[in-house]
Amino acid sequence: MNELRIIIGMLRELFSLPGLVVVVPLATAAWLSFVTDARRGAWINAGAATLAFLLACALPWEPTTGTLLLVEPLAAHMAILTSFIGMSTAWFSRDYIAVEATEGRLDPMRLRDYHALFQTYLGFMLLALLSNNVPGTWGSIEAATIASVLVVGLPRTAAAVEASWKQLLICGVGISMAFFGTTLLYLAAVPVLGSGLPAMSWSQLPAAAPAFPAAMLNLAFVFMLLGYGTKAGLVPLHAWMPDAHAEGPTPVSAVLSGSILNVALFVILRLRGLLDANPDAIAPGPPIMALGLASVLLASFSLWPRRDVKRFFAFSTIEQSGVAAFAFGLGGAAATFAGLLHLTLHTLTKAAVFQCVGRAVQLKGGQNFTDIGGLLVRHRALGLTLAAGIVAVAGLPPFGLFASEFLVLLATVRELPWLVAPLALGLVVGGWALAMRLISLCLGPPTPDRGAAPGWIALVPAWVHLAVVLVLGLAMPGRVAAWFAAIAEAAP
Amino acid sequence: MMGGLQPGFGAIGYDLAHLLGGAVLVLSFALLYQRRLTAVINIYAMQSWVLAAAAAWQGWVQSSAELYVAALIALGVKGLAIPLALHRIVRRLHIHRAVETALGIFPSMAVGVALVALAIMVVLPTTMQTQVLTREDLSLALSVVLLGHLMMITRRTALTQVIGFMSIENGLILGAVGVQGMPLVVELSVAVLVMVGAVVFGVFFFRIRENFQSLDDSHLDQVGGAHR
Repeated sequence: MNELRIIIGMLRELFSLPGLVVVVPLATAAWLSFVTDARRGAWINAGAATLAFLLACALPWEPTTGTLLLVEPLAAHMAILTSFIGMSTAWFSRDYIAVEATEGRLDPMRLRDYHALFQTYLGFMLLALLSNNVPGTWGSIEAATIASVLVVGLPRTAAAVEASWKQLLICGVGISMAFFGTTLLYLAAVPVLGSGLPAMSWSQLPAAAPAFPAAMLNLAFVFMLLGYGTKAGLVPLHAWMPDAHAEGPTPVSAVLSGSILNVALFVILRLRGLLDANPDAIAPGPPIMALGLASVLLASFSLWPRRDVKRFFAFSTIEQSGVAAFAFGLGGAAATFAGLLHLTLHTLTKAAVFQCVGRAVQLKGGQNFTDIGGLLVRHRALGLTLAAGIVAVAGLPPFGLFASEFLVLLATVRELPWLVAPLALGLVVGGWALAMRLISLCLGPPTPDRGAAPGWIALVPAWVHLAVVLVLGLAMPGRVAAWFAAIAEAAP
Repeated sequence: MMGGLQPGFGAIGYDLAHLLGGAVLVLSFALLYQRRLTAVINIYAMQSWVLAAAAAWQGWVQSSAELYVAALIALGVKGLAIPLALHRIVRRLHIHRAVETALGIFPSMAVGVALVALAIMVVLPTTMQTQVLTREDLSLALSVVLLGHLMMITRRTALTQVIGFMSIENGLILGAVGVQGMPLVVELSVAVLVMVGAVVFGVFFFRIRENFQSLDDSHLDQVGGAHR
């Protein structure tokens, strides 16, 4: 009955402030599954996402260490970021989904599923970030994966169903490796922490890590790196990502791009801390760096032959995820700072880009590059926003990603100068591809419009994102910089 | 409390756990050489029964009530409900009954043996500090996981890939129940089960798409454009 007492304790924790951050989206998901009116569902969706964001903003002042939940600066930062993306995308999706439904790409009957799954996904992502035990994180990521798989398949086209099937199988294999790694990690912790929950809680593992049997810790790390690397879209296991982004509804691409890889990299960062603390374990940096660098190189070259706009930006996401993983692998406060900044800014930028791309696809009635061209000529606001977003993703000034990529390169020069060449090659090749596509999408001869033009209200979420990225690039407020530096110092 | 496990051969706790773990692995090999779909499903069901027995035995040895629950879940859902659902899917959707392989039976058995050797070579030296039983259970579990991966790679149809996936999951649970005192095993096995359920639902869904291809095509025309 010990088990029962633990579960009751965990349930009680759910009604503290950090718990509510998770409970609000999950309870809303349950509510939404009974709301048949799609317009009302969209309002509830946006309202609940906003509430979750406001609650998450209070997390830095509520450090918690419980059985179920752990709120430390890094987790709080990631949760604020994830819930922010959730909020802005929920507002964006209100209009977007209405257009999709009227044009027949989404069955109006399925909008209920869509809204419920959106909140389920958001809730489990937040739980994965705030969970204090390793299996809890694992289970939340798995649940969020299932929710995202179901959303990707919602358009019910042959391609969408195939994309969701592929995502389910590849992520299923990845998540099964992470499970095995979790078992091994527990086994490594048992000699030090004793059997039971403490040996599985993130809050106790770092202090005990120096005494773990090194060989077992290494093995656990390898399995978990590959498992969670699948979710981060790191290269040998990235194949699900372009399909899922291309075929699912666009708000899902925006959220997927921003949250699932953040959560996976967050877990990898924590694992790095455990291995760093153990003197006999292998150095965790080189494997993480290798996966990151491979992702940057492969994705930047894969950008060139793409014909589908959403696939194109999915590969760009893989590239940026690789940059962040590379920075985390490099280690040290400076590189971690750069990686964290990069992750944050990329999430904001890519969500903005996907929101614009989604609108452009609706406007032009196709998602190939040949369908979309010359946006600036007749749709100035959309074209300019998309152009700004692509400039930002390409890592060009004045946007923040320029600063973060520069910091990553600078840290590389200091630590491992010979790796600067391949990394810079990847960044330049990727940035170049983005610049070429910027020209064809926004300048060039306009293609005929086949759908509704978005009003300026539809672009507001993207503007907010880009404004944040711009401010962080040009003049980062001292307190924000201090916040990032404090997280990077404290990061495992 | 049984006073922990008696390590080594001759102790009944050790021998029976070892036997059951080995039986799960043998059934993984049996999955690899079957040529008929219904036989594959039946062997998966048998593997789940053996897994349930292994979990129950661990529950008795470790005197832990949760492991009995895990055993019941394995028996009821994976041993009965899922195989019955899969048989139904095969009948209802008229799925081709022969298994299509991308790699012949003999090469896949050979690769399977190599994978088991790999699993043993990886797990045994790294887990020197833990109990003998845990070590050997883990290497059996990893072998089952790797054989499941092999099955997913070498089979062409969705249904056999799904069974490969589910046998991976059996291996994971085998590993988790073998680790003494691991908390949340029941919760984990339920979580994994939800994933398996989603996969089985997915296969149903996937076959429907293949059967009603024309419906989807008309839908695509309605959108009016190439979709890649």
